[in-house]
Amino acid sequence: MPTAMEIYKLLPKTNCGDCHVPTCLAFAMQLANRKVSLSECPHVGAEAKQALEESAAPPIALVKFGGADRALSIGDETQLFRHEKTFYHPTVIGAVLDDTLPEAQLKAEIEKAVQASFVRVGQTLRLDALAIRNASGEEAPFLAAVRAASEAGNLPLILMTTTTSTMERATALAAASRPLLCGATAENLPGMAKLAKETGLPLVLRGARSLSELAELAGSARSQGLKELVLELPAKSLGQMLRDLTAVRRAAVKTQFRPFGYPTLLALDGSSLGEVSAALAVFKYGSVVLLERYTRELLYALLTLRQNIFTDPQVPIQVKPGLYSIGDPGPNSPLLFTCNFSLTYFTVSADIEKAKVPTWLLVVDTEGLSVMTAFAANKLTVESVVKALETYKVREVSHRGELVIPGIVSRMSGKLGEAAELSIVVGPRESSGLPKFLREFAARPSTS
Amino acid sequence: MDVLDDPSDLPAAVRSALEDRAEDPARWTRACQDEWEADACCLKFPGANPEGRNRSIEECSALFESVLRGTSLPLFVYGCGQEAKDAKLLEAISNAGAGERLALGLAGEEGYKSIAAASMANGHAVVGFSNLDVNLAKQMVILLTDFGVQPANLLLDPLQAALGMGIEYTYSVIERLRLGALQGDSMLQVPLVCDCTCAWTAREATEEIPALGETAARGVHWETFTALSALLSGADAVIVRHPETVGRLRAAIADLQAAEG
Repeated sequence: MPTAMEIYKLLPKTNCGDCHVPTCLAFAMQLANRKVSLSECPHVGAEAKQALEESAAPPIALVKFGGADRALSIGDETQLFRHEKTFYHPTVIGAVLDDTLPEAQLKAEIEKAVQASFVRVGQTLRLDALAIRNASGEEAPFLAAVRAASEAGNLPLILMTTTTSTMERATALAAASRPLLCGATAENLPGMAKLAKETGLPLVLRGARSLSELAELAGSARSQGLKELVLELPAKSLGQMLRDLTAVRRAAVKTQFRPFGYPTLLALDGSSLGEVSAALAVFKYGSVVLLERYTRELLYALLTLRQNIFTDPQVPIQVKPGLYSIGDPGPNSPLLFTCNFSLTYFTVSADIEKAKVPTWLLVVDTEGLSVMTAFAANKLTVESVVKALETYKVREVSHRGELVIPGIVSRMSGKLGEAAELSIVVGPRESSGLPKFLREFAARPSTS
Repeated sequence: MDVLDDPSDLPAAVRSALEDRAEDPARWTRACQDEWEADACCLKFPGANPEGRNRSIEECSALFESVLRGTSLPLFVYGCGQEAKDAKLLEAISNAGAGERLALGLAGEEGYKSIAAASMANGHAVVGFSNLDVNLAKQMVILLTDFGVQPANLLLDPLQAALGMGIEYTYSVIERLRLGALQGDSMLQVPLVCDCTCAWTAREATEEIPALGETAARGVHWETFTALSALLSGADAVIVRHPETVGRLRAAIADLQAAEG
């Protein structure tokens, strides 16, 4: 967004007040703060309007593809580092299939891609997209593969061919699911640009051997009026990938260099560094990553990484409050409580596992704050613990009559014991003391 | 690569990769050097923990000396994580390794004085430890510096979390540490050593869950991604456990440093 003074220069400077703001300068200031819209000024010229609209556009364009029920959004990022605010749109992970595969194998690969999903901490993680590549160079096998992929389900598609006529026919087959066209090179740009405009589909710019070639190609595509573009970066070495991804992101968000203001795409070959390249792209600004080969375990690790990196650092990472069983606890197993800050939960549950003592762990809703912080902020109180004991029906499974509380909140033991009608046992101050504590605690008979 | 005095908590995937060397820290260290081409080893003494096996200081020192004799790799030596024991243990190790260029750790807020004093007497480096926080990291560097540890002898472990267990948190803390150092904060201008073997504490790295694919391969991915997080956010050295992770990281680091092409 330009500054108030830059906007002011483009306004009529008549102070007519028709925008309901007394002066043009005051209007410019409100505009810079996004309090009013430019359309409030009836006198602004077309040229100024275009200049202002362009400079107010986000630093990286938002691009959407995939059908309505599986739409994917990429781009629209504003930061170099996630701690500055957050990263908004998770890296899309897709698989590449060549149209040269025998029919049965192609079907099997499509099925594998459709089935590639996992549930992790309540979220469904899955392979996001399928890219069909025109490795044969011919039209018929490509169309057959595209048809097979679009009939297999609603997985968003990426159509990889540089032959405009082939792309045109493939687009007609898959139009309803809004595929990503991949794409335009310096040679075929006029035809592909025309097709992208007619169909309203997003277009990948491919084949640039350097960032300057890519900037030139993006400049030409922009001048044809295309708005939804994706930049393919050459992925020759990890070093080059990291440098290029960083340079593109930096140019887009720090200097508003418009030709680089688009999401990025990386097509990785099946080399041994493919795994590291894919992870690097998740950490460092890749918008779409296409894998030639993947195993279930690799995909799971990669999707977990993406889920982690794209969490909002401004919101404390939480686990769901509730009663968790570790090992296979019975009615006389130890009962502990802790907060729902996920790092605390992970540490505590790992230490309980180390003890090899089956245990009930009650996770109290502290709005994601740690035990000490929540206690100080009145989020962890006698009432909240009692409420958790009731909500999660703890008494139905735990009959030991004892509740182990974190050592650092030993002060609440008196009142909690009365309110919960349980005898309170003060546990260790640090989670690392749990293995020893639990082994001794479990070995002696309960008080009730 | 880390080498442990007590292999009883090693996950199956690591255990089978190490074969019978897991029982013999000196042979384990030599394999790190000759077979897996680690740049350094980190000898750890979980067996010295008073809440566990409680191996004596004399026994630990003897074990350290046998490891030292058998390798030319630079050595980090870490204690058991219990600060009172580590203070005594690392003092003994430092004296036993006088004249060698060891890096001793982990020096936390409570036990750092005896570790730092021993390291200063014997020409060793110290690895300070801070708990996942930029201000705590800075405070630890200030404590060690005020105590007299020279910048050339000071390293920091800012605590790496495993993939799936708060990795994003450490990724951002380490990025901020590195950015702070580059912006001129001299109390953050220390090399960072990240212990990525924490990856093996994640259940998802070691549990047999058929829906999540093959277990041993998943564990190596887990450790590789955890270490990559450390490298990309600013680590100067990473500690890992599985021989395959070392191979992948070596290739990745070489490729990251490849000339403009």
